[in-house]
Amino acid sequence: MSDVLAITEHRQGELRDVSHEVVTAGSELAEAAGGDLHLGVIGGDVDAFADAVNLEGVDTIHTVDEGEEFNHDIYTQAVEQLFDATGASLLLIPHTVNGMDYAPAVAGKLDVPVVTDAIELGYNGGLEVTREMYGSKVETTVDVDSDEAIVTTRPAEWTPTEADGDASVEAFDADIDESAVGSTVTGFEEAAGGDVDLSESEFIVSIGRGIEEEENLELVEALAETVGADLGSSRPLVDNGWLPKNRQVGQSGKVVTPDVYIAIGISGAVQHVAGMKGADTIIAVNTDPSAPIFDIADYGAVGDLFDVVPALIEEFGGEAP
Amino acid sequence: MKVLVTVKEVAEPEDDFQISGLEIDEKFLEYDLNEWDDYAVEEAVQLKEENDEVEEVVAVTIGPERSEETIRMALAKGADRAVRVWDDAFEAGEVLDPNAKARVLAAVAEEEDPDLIFTGVQADDDSIGGTGVALADELGFQWAAVVNAFEYDIDSGVANVHRELEGGVEEVTEVEAPAVFTIQTGINEPRYASLRGIRQAQSKEIAPKTLGDLGLDDSAIETPVGITDMYEPETEADTEYIEGSADEMAEGIAEILRKKGVAE
Repeated sequence: MSDVLAITEHRQGELRDVSHEVVTAGSELAEAAGGDLHLGVIGGDVDAFADAVNLEGVDTIHTVDEGEEFNHDIYTQAVEQLFDATGASLLLIPHTVNGMDYAPAVAGKLDVPVVTDAIELGYNGGLEVTREMYGSKVETTVDVDSDEAIVTTRPAEWTPTEADGDASVEAFDADIDESAVGSTVTGFEEAAGGDVDLSESEFIVSIGRGIEEEENLELVEALAETVGADLGSSRPLVDNGWLPKNRQVGQSGKVVTPDVYIAIGISGAVQHVAGMKGADTIIAVNTDPSAPIFDIADYGAVGDLFDVVPALIEEFGGEAP
Repeated sequence: MKVLVTVKEVAEPEDDFQISGLEIDEKFLEYDLNEWDDYAVEEAVQLKEENDEVEEVVAVTIGPERSEETIRMALAKGADRAVRVWDDAFEAGEVLDPNAKARVLAAVAEEEDPDLIFTGVQADDDSIGGTGVALADELGFQWAAVVNAFEYDIDSGVANVHRELEGGVEEVTEVEAPAVFTIQTGINEPRYASLRGIRQAQSKEIAPKTLGDLGLDDSAIETPVGITDMYEPETEADTEYIEGSADEMAEGIAEILRKKGVAE
């Protein structure tokens, strides 16, 4: 029998979706391991957050009323203490930017192995984690031969639990060593403002690394203009400074939900897919037939964008540059 | 002051590859400097170029002799010297536990005594994304993960960084040195190595170290975490493929767009 402790996440007063997802992952794992599911709610309006995550499958919610926003020094200490106090042997933390900022430190402090970015969990006397390698080209099964383990769970892999539960809520009095708090969050900035908000777009033509050179961008710009779509892109083009941040679709950019999304020369890295899989119809054009983008596309064309895009422009009466 | 940069040579499979056992068959792999580490190296080199107080940028890697070629790219881009840790104990396969890797890197950091350490957010091949923060914890340093803007005040020893959160939001954080920063792509524009840089890199030191040299033994990288299966994911998609020439593909796509009513 192994109890599971899962940690929720919030930002700027809002509980994040991953909190509901980690409840699903946690309750499935607790059931398989024959234990209880404990949830940790740390910082912010803990009572309101505890109420919101009082969901089916949760046995006990522990609130830690320390700080308004995420601070990794507070989280590290609080989670370490919660793990000890609850007697849980399995700890789940969302594999978010903030999860990445404290999960390895908790593992170090507790001297418990950590497996990151899990997409599936199994328990068969021991923990079995499914995770990807090589940009989603392979999946691996990872066994953890240890009574205790920490796993970070990839966002949007588990269906969020929405059904209400009847967990007991307990305030946990964490002993936070303020002298160990060496980082200070001073604020937030919105980085993706600008002329267009892709989250509102109904039709997006999106371009990735396949475009090769900055000067080739005019080709997809011509396509977007001809068909009346907004231009989006994957991360590398924004990293290169070829397109502004507000054009970036993905986990750290915009999450978009258009009627049609055409992914051109985009391999379909998980961070990109997180931002566009909500599109009604996805069309992918890529030279690599094994590109992960084809796994989520409704329609696929295995071809060279430098041939297909000009032909498509002509189809709609435009002129390729 | 000194800056340490962790770098990793990563394997990238070709479009078509085969898995043999628990690994991708070597003959389908190409090797390169991890993309995130390229940005980490650039950030360190820029810091040195802009501040006379930064005396040295040292690259550290865990990798076999083969990886020296890749590590030399970091030297060609401006790192002053490198330390390469390797040992028979690593031959057993990729160390999947970030805290195990961190113990090795921490032993190097303790010898080098840096003020700042830059790592990539994650490695392209195993996508673990935990080694930098684990390293900070092991050393008792401060840290910040997923940094996409970095400013450092040498006099106060305080870094003002942006952490790239999800959804286009950045967290602004102050971190006191000594500290580890995991560097996100896009933070800077990594330079291409100049011919002069490549030539100079040939004479820069890459010091090989074993676990024993660092005062560690095999137990430092022992971990209960191990791969027991590797396979190509089964696609659940029922993707409808549009076949034919480029013109036929364009025709097929156009038809879908018209049917969906988004283009005429």
